[in-house]
Amino acid sequence: MAKILNVRNLRKTYKSGSKELTVLDGISFEIEAGETFSIVGPSGSGKTTLLGLCAGLDHVDEGSIELCGVELSKLNEDELALLRNRKVGFIFQDFQLLPTLTALENVSVPLELQGKPDVQKVAKDLLEKVGLGSRYDHYPSQLSGGEQQRVALARAFSTTPDILFADEPTGNLDEETGEKVIQLLFELNKEMGTTLVIVTHDLDLAQLTQKIIRLKGGKIISNQTKTLA
Amino acid sequence: MNPLDTSTKTRFSWLLKMAWRDGKASGKRLFLFMGSIILGIAAVVSIQSFSQNLKENIGGQSKALMGADFLIDSNELANERVQQIMDSLGGVGAKEVKFASMAAFVKNGETKLVQVRGVEGNFPFYGELETEPASAAADYQEKGGALVDATAMIQFDVRVGDSVKLGNITFPIVGSLITAPGSTGIGTSVAPPIIVPFEYMEPSGLLQKGSRLEYAYYFKSPKADLEQLDKEVDPLLDEQNADLDTHTSTSDRLGRRYNNVGRFLNLVAFIALLLGCVGIASSVHIYIKEKLRAIAVLKCLGATRKQTFLIYLIQIAGMGLLGGFIGTVIGLLLQQTFPMILQEFLPFEVEISTSYSAIAVGLILGVLMSVLFALSPLLNTWFVSPLQVLRVQDNIGTKSRKAQIWVVLAIVLFVFLFALWLLENLKYALGFVIGILITFSILAGVSILFMRLVKKYFPKSWSFTSRQSLLNLFRPNNQTAVLILAIGIGTFLISTLYFTKDFLLAKAVVDSNEKSPNIIMFDVQTGQKQDIINTVAPKGLPILDNIPIVTMRMERIKDRSVNEIRLDTTTSINKWILNHEFRVTYRDSLISSEKLVSGAFVEKMPQNGPVPISLADNVARDAQVVVGDTLLFNVQGMLMETVVGSIREVDWGRMQLNFSIVFPTGILENAPQFHVLTTNAPDKSTSAKLQRELVKKFPNVSILDLRQVITLIESILDKISWVISFMAFFSILTGIIVLIGSVRNSKYQRIRESVLLRTIGAKSNQILKITALEYLYLGILGSGIGVLLSLLGSQLLAYFIFETPFIPSWIPFLIVLPGITLLVLTIGLSNNISVLKSPPLQVLRKETN
Repeated sequence: MAKILNVRNLRKTYKSGSKELTVLDGISFEIEAGETFSIVGPSGSGKTTLLGLCAGLDHVDEGSIELCGVELSKLNEDELALLRNRKVGFIFQDFQLLPTLTALENVSVPLELQGKPDVQKVAKDLLEKVGLGSRYDHYPSQLSGGEQQRVALARAFSTTPDILFADEPTGNLDEETGEKVIQLLFELNKEMGTTLVIVTHDLDLAQLTQKIIRLKGGKIISNQTKTLA
Repeated sequence: MNPLDTSTKTRFSWLLKMAWRDGKASGKRLFLFMGSIILGIAAVVSIQSFSQNLKENIGGQSKALMGADFLIDSNELANERVQQIMDSLGGVGAKEVKFASMAAFVKNGETKLVQVRGVEGNFPFYGELETEPASAAADYQEKGGALVDATAMIQFDVRVGDSVKLGNITFPIVGSLITAPGSTGIGTSVAPPIIVPFEYMEPSGLLQKGSRLEYAYYFKSPKADLEQLDKEVDPLLDEQNADLDTHTSTSDRLGRRYNNVGRFLNLVAFIALLLGCVGIASSVHIYIKEKLRAIAVLKCLGATRKQTFLIYLIQIAGMGLLGGFIGTVIGLLLQQTFPMILQEFLPFEVEISTSYSAIAVGLILGVLMSVLFALSPLLNTWFVSPLQVLRVQDNIGTKSRKAQIWVVLAIVLFVFLFALWLLENLKYALGFVIGILITFSILAGVSILFMRLVKKYFPKSWSFTSRQSLLNLFRPNNQTAVLILAIGIGTFLISTLYFTKDFLLAKAVVDSNEKSPNIIMFDVQTGQKQDIINTVAPKGLPILDNIPIVTMRMERIKDRSVNEIRLDTTTSINKWILNHEFRVTYRDSLISSEKLVSGAFVEKMPQNGPVPISLADNVARDAQVVVGDTLLFNVQGMLMETVVGSIREVDWGRMQLNFSIVFPTGILENAPQFHVLTTNAPDKSTSAKLQRELVKKFPNVSILDLRQVITLIESILDKISWVISFMAFFSILTGIIVLIGSVRNSKYQRIRESVLLRTIGAKSNQILKITALEYLYLGILGSGIGVLLSLLGSQLLAYFIFETPFIPSWIPFLIVLPGITLLVLTIGLSNNISVLKSPPLQVLRKETN
């Protein structure tokens, strides 16, 4: 299987006052296309930073990241934006829907950015799929947390991305709602054959993925591949 | 598909769609600021289009304003040479003599200083004498009747059919005069016009020596080359102490005068617009700050920097266009009201028409100003990292500093170019921009200094609520600078208005002291002097002044004759000096309004040598003479050699008789002269009674009742200040809108905190007190600086423009300062009501969504 994400000797530091804070150090791993993958670790271990770097949201200090066959450090901001639009999907802990757009418009945006025709039909189908067929015209503020995350799921899958990054997707949801969202996430992922990368501190959720890496203090402390049942 | 292939560009229509989607959901936050742009544009468009109308009207009605193609005027009847020139021009169409005199209304014995216009011929050739009944304009000459100013007729309760006495003649009033060419503007309020047939002027006995007569000869010659006439005939007439005025030169002069008014009004409107722009900049700053998360999400989803920047740029430009459109519509509606507001100051009825250039200016200005002033915060969208969706970063500003400098420079350049376009004068435009920059800088500087001082000397011992209110002034996202700027500019404008009005009025106040004259009797012939004294004195009224006046013209300045100087195109001697008929007095001392600047005042004519005279400094300056220079005067046919003995500074603003040229005693006593007598009447009825008696006995004597003049000046100043207030209202209203908007924006910033305080148990009155104190500080500081700046500005105005001592009024301190502070307080408190009335969670949900 082809590698969709290849991370080599990654190092990332931030400045905190006069001190330099190493957030990630010597990180290397790779993900095959279609795999499900989770990054786990306690708060402050560098999970979210790693996700941001892998998705091309930030620049590395040292090392390299190859996403969908493209070396990210060689791209400028606009090329990175294009890559994200065409190949990457996102799910965030706090949903990150555009508050001034309706559910339907939120789902349509990535497709519209691609300049695709009939985006409304695709967006409506996806909203139907996540059980929000009757809430097209609702604004995020008129939806519950679970509903907002389902809209975010529909948006993430709208462009049929090659890879989907999910940052604590159930972090802001109650247990029952969280379970439903995860079920939906895995269903859609399976249906579309997307590579799934989940950042979480929820070990039960991590157990649902094929590969797990554990971070602590900015370093990988274990890299586990599960055997499919 | 190659993921890096950038050829698939997002369509512009999508950007428009996104701008619209986002804008319609968040537009209410910017609504108030759009309001300020609307007001600014409305002010600019209304004034711009009205000025345009005025210009067109003056140009289009120039013949009607004069009533002829051109005229020749002089202070004396046309002599033989002038008559020859007039004949060569095709002959006079109509003639007129114009002078101030007393009119007595026979019906009730009331008297009034009027402008008598004795007309012969079919005047006017253009425009019309608008009378009631309309036929009166055509037959008053035939009937030997008078057309009396309509307002004066109402004032003195006289009707058509009653009589008015001018000098020795009693005229039947055949019509009320509504408008007439040549009788326009404020002058008619002081001396309303009465038109009578010319042939009755001589028998009226009013055309005596000393009366200030103005003869005009009107010509109808539509094909005449007016420029040529002006160039060739005017110099010939100058030699005969006459002047040629064409309808175009008169309207040009009028146009220039009203242009200045237009420019002033334009500037006021421009300030309103700038104030609105401050509001736009501040609102967009906060608006974009709130949008940074959404922008990061969009970038995460694949939107480029250009796309996200354009979405918000389109949004702002769209709002500017909408604001410009609404403002333009309001401006065009407002334009209709201007003739009513400015009626008193206009020489004719202004026909309102739509000025397309003003509409274009409104729309362009709306977009341009919005975009320009929003550009600085808009640039932040460019630098937002998509990483913001994962964690908040606050280093956006530093990345765009260079771009911000360019934006500021572009704003300053735009303001300058716009001011230049309005003022058509590089120096004034530069001065205006520098003035604006200084005012804004002082206000911004003071607010920053204030924040720093509060931070540095924070009163830790104060109560919780007092500390919280102070903290609000310098915490992140505070509105201190914007609010102080908005409040400060508004207060500055309104206070300057009060200060200026007050020192102008103070200048005109007549001393109530009984030794100060309040009735002035002009044109008293030498033979009448004693009789008048005999009439006034028995009533217990003092004769305060008895001033002799001799008329004369300059014949030679130093060693050059005035005719020679007239032909010299390079001379810097002011032309009025050469043509003016000076009214000169003689006395042995300086009076209270005079101060010696150079030389020595000579009291009595020395035994021999030229006559040592004293000149007012403005005359000496305009005639280019200094102490020791010689001047030759033509005293009614007799040449008199004089030498400048002294130069005086004269306070022309004082309500007393001032003279530009004073002779010593012992030389002019036997020259043909007339007199001005003054007295003090303790009350209105004594004054009216005296005037009636004097008019009856001495019909040629004109009487000026200073009490009436002061009332008139006050009412004119009131009207002027009303017009200025009307314009300042735009700025103030814009200021208030910016204020409400800024306060509302700060509300979005603070709402979480207020709710949090509420949640942890803060009582209503504690939250209220925190808010009240914060806005009280801002109100006092903003309006206080505004008043102080206006105190300084008004002082400069008084010194440089009005050349008058500055006596500050207390009104800005007692009314404007507390009034505006109260307004700020009310707006601030009203915004926090929702926090106090509803449960915390409900407020949070409502306000943050």
